[in-house]
Formats: sequence, structure tokens, C-alpha cells
Amino acid sequence: MIYLDNAATSWPKPPEVIRAMADFLERCGGNPGRSGHRLSIEAGRAVYEARDAVAELFHVADPLRVIFTLNATHALNIAMCGLLRPGDRVITTGIEHNSVMRPLRALEREGVQLTVVPCRPDTTLDTAELARAAAPGTRLVVATHASNVTGALLPLLQISRIAHAAGALLLVDAAQTAGCVPLDVPALGVDLLAFSGHKSLLGPAGTGGLILGPDVDTGALQPLVRGGTGSRSEVQEQPEDLPDKFESGTPNGPGLAGLGAGVRYVLQRGVERIRGEEVAVTESLVHGLARIHGVTVHGPGDARERVGVVSFTVADMSVSEIGLRLDDEFGILSRVGLHCAPSAHRTLGTFPEGTVRFAPGLFTTRADIEAALRAVERIAQR
Amino acid sequence: MSAQGVVLFHTTSAALRAEKVAAKGGLSAKLIPTPRHLSSDCGISLCFDWPDKEKLAQALEAAKVPTAGIYPFEGT
Repeated sequence: MIYLDNAATSWPKPPEVIRAMADFLERCGGNPGRSGHRLSIEAGRAVYEARDAVAELFHVADPLRVIFTLNATHALNIAMCGLLRPGDRVITTGIEHNSVMRPLRALEREGVQLTVVPCRPDTTLDTAELARAAAPGTRLVVATHASNVTGALLPLLQISRIAHAAGALLLVDAAQTAGCVPLDVPALGVDLLAFSGHKSLLGPAGTGGLILGPDVDTGALQPLVRGGTGSRSEVQEQPEDLPDKFESGTPNGPGLAGLGAGVRYVLQRGVERIRGEEVAVTESLVHGLARIHGVTVHGPGDARERVGVVSFTVADMSVSEIGLRLDDEFGILSRVGLHCAPSAHRTLGTFPEGTVRFAPGLFTTRADIEAALRAVERIAQR
Repeated sequence: MSAQGVVLFHTTSAALRAEKVAAKGGLSAKLIPTPRHLSSDCGISLCFDWPDKEKLAQALEAAKVPTAGIYPFEGT
């Protein structure tokens, strides 16, 4: 079996991640931050270690500004629903995932003014278009770091300059880049960064987070969920302290222990090195697919402008048939369809049919890629 | 045994961060259940050797760890 669906969730996970989760359940089964006994402290420590590792990965000076969530969608919802009020202006791009578009469309119905800046047909962003749309007084710019359909990377530094010139904060959806593309949050001028724990950070499902940059006034950011935090129990109002304000309820202790181990694994291997390997694998995949008669590879041609997410179609063949044959005949696991990002597919001209998506991961070998290319070649011949 | 002190916090995460900051500064400190007579916050506090008070306070301030007060503490 060859797993090429790492953009949905990474698999396999390093043994360190599995061990950390089992260890949490066996050794520190207490409720982190609720009691003062040793098992509670041990559990709290495991969660804190994950916070510390994430802060190191994203160059965040204060680990208390790392908020843990269920996934990137949850983090994006906290940022957008917590910050935007009726009358506020928000700008986003034409290739966003539904995790961005659905909350924004709901906020639009409540009176938030939404502008969607279209992308080029290969899903790259023309920053001049964004600059034209970013009128002074804009509250928030929301941009994905990389398309989950084509892997196209957006230029974060330029986007943050445009956002800040308009007086806006920048929220970045790093679901596809956290752990495989270097991300220095302060240097890039990213104010809020939503990440997924179960993709390139190699943690389990049910983990993700939101980074709150130093310029974000957290007093103005309303929590999505309120409740017990284990702190300031004498008051019935939600505390303002970080990270508790945004982390009500018992956290996913075993999951976060696994995430911490995943992030440590990534840090040890080195994000720069991981990125280099990803570019090489993506390049051979893109070039190999483009050589097959009848195959169209969507998105930017240069592997340095994309992450390891490659979408393709085969002339006169349905994507679901391709996906099924890849699985049935070759044991190759891909994802077909719209990938929860209809606007990216409209941009590419692949709506509503969608594409076949190959997303190699940290453990994909050159032999896996060659086998996948041979399989597509066979299928394209019918 | 020298006199002890205790640092209180509003969040467990801050207490855990403080434990690491203290260890990095070479200061001996231990997380304990928050003494009930000092705070009604549930959770944990950092117990330390009272003579280290200034050093610890400075280290926590430099690392921007929010605290809820530092008190002398008589025994666990």
C-alpha cells in the first residue's frame, strides 16, 4: 500500500508519537491543570511541553500565546468569529478552504463586509490585486499559506506588509505548511496562525492550534467556547489569562502529548531539510505526471512555489474512477473531488468535477513515487 | 532547611512555564498544590527557597511569565 493522502492527515506517525500517547495514558492519566496532585502535574507538563515545542517551531517568544484547539478549522473559527463584528471589513483570497469560507460567509450574513480577491488560474496570488482591495481600515486579511488543492504557496511576507499598511491583522491558515515549510511567525509579520496537528506536525487527529502574535489585543478577541479552565474558579466570568481564555474544558491530553512528540521529531529532523526533501519529491511527481499522455497537472509548474500537494486530471476520465482504480488495482491511496475547497477548483476550472490529489509525506520514498507514476500511466492508457 | 517561598499563578500553563524558567536559571523549585490560605485558584504553585526570591522574580519577569504574587510559605 502506498499512502498519498498526507494533505488530509499524515500517516504513518513516528513511533515516538505513539509512545508519547501511550505513555500519557499509562503514566500521567490525570487531568492537566485541574488538580494539584502529581498525576495532574505530570499531565499538565506533557501539555506544556507540546506548547513549548510549538512555540519553538514557529519562533514564538511566549509559549502562553500558543492556544491548543481540536484542529485548524477550530483555530480559524476562534480567530474569525472572535475578532470580526458587523461593519468590519475582511479580505480573503479566491482559493481558500471551506474552513475559512464557511465562517466568513456566515459572518457576512451578520453584517461583516467580505471581499474575496481572485487568484490567477494556477491558484497563485497577484499581490497587486490584494493591495488594491486592502482599503485603510480593513480589520482582517485571511490567507492560506498553501492551497490544499494545488499546493501553491502564497507570499506571506508581501501579504503581511499589505495587510499592515491597511491597518489590518493577518490570519494565516497554515494547515498545509506547518512542519514542512519554515515558518518564522514574527519575521513574516503573521498576527494569527492557525495550524493543524495531524498533518506535517505528525500528531494525532484532534490536535491543532492558534498562535496569537504580540500585536493581537487578546482582550478584543472573544472566545468561541467558555467554561472551566482550572483557574480563577471563584469567578463566573471567563478569565482573560492566556491560554486559558481560549481553552475551556478538559484538553486532549494524550493527543497533545503525541503532538509534542511529533513537533520534536520535526524539529530534530529540521524543517529546512524536510522542505528540501519535499521539493525534490514534489518535483519528480509533477514532472513525472506531466509526461504522461492525457494528464494535466494543475497549479504552479515550479516545485519551489508549492508544497507536496499535487492535483491532476486525465482527459475524458472521471476522477472518481481514477481514484478507485488507484486504490483497487494498485493499492495507492489518493483523494479525489473538491477537497473542501470549491473556490480553488473554480479558479482552476476543475469545478464541480474536481481533481485527483497526490500528497506525499515525510515517509514517502522515491520508489513509492515511481510506482504511483507507473499506475497513473497504466490507468491513462485505459 | 531554609525558609520557603511560593509563587502563585492564574493559569497552570504559567506555573509550568515558570518551573522551566527556574530550572534554566539554576534555581531549585518545585510545583505544589496551591496552598488554600493563599489563593482560591485551583491548581498549582511554584515552591522555592526564599533566599532565591529576587533571582527568581527577575527570571520570571524577564521571561514575561505572569504571576499572581510571591509569598513566604511555611512547609508542606
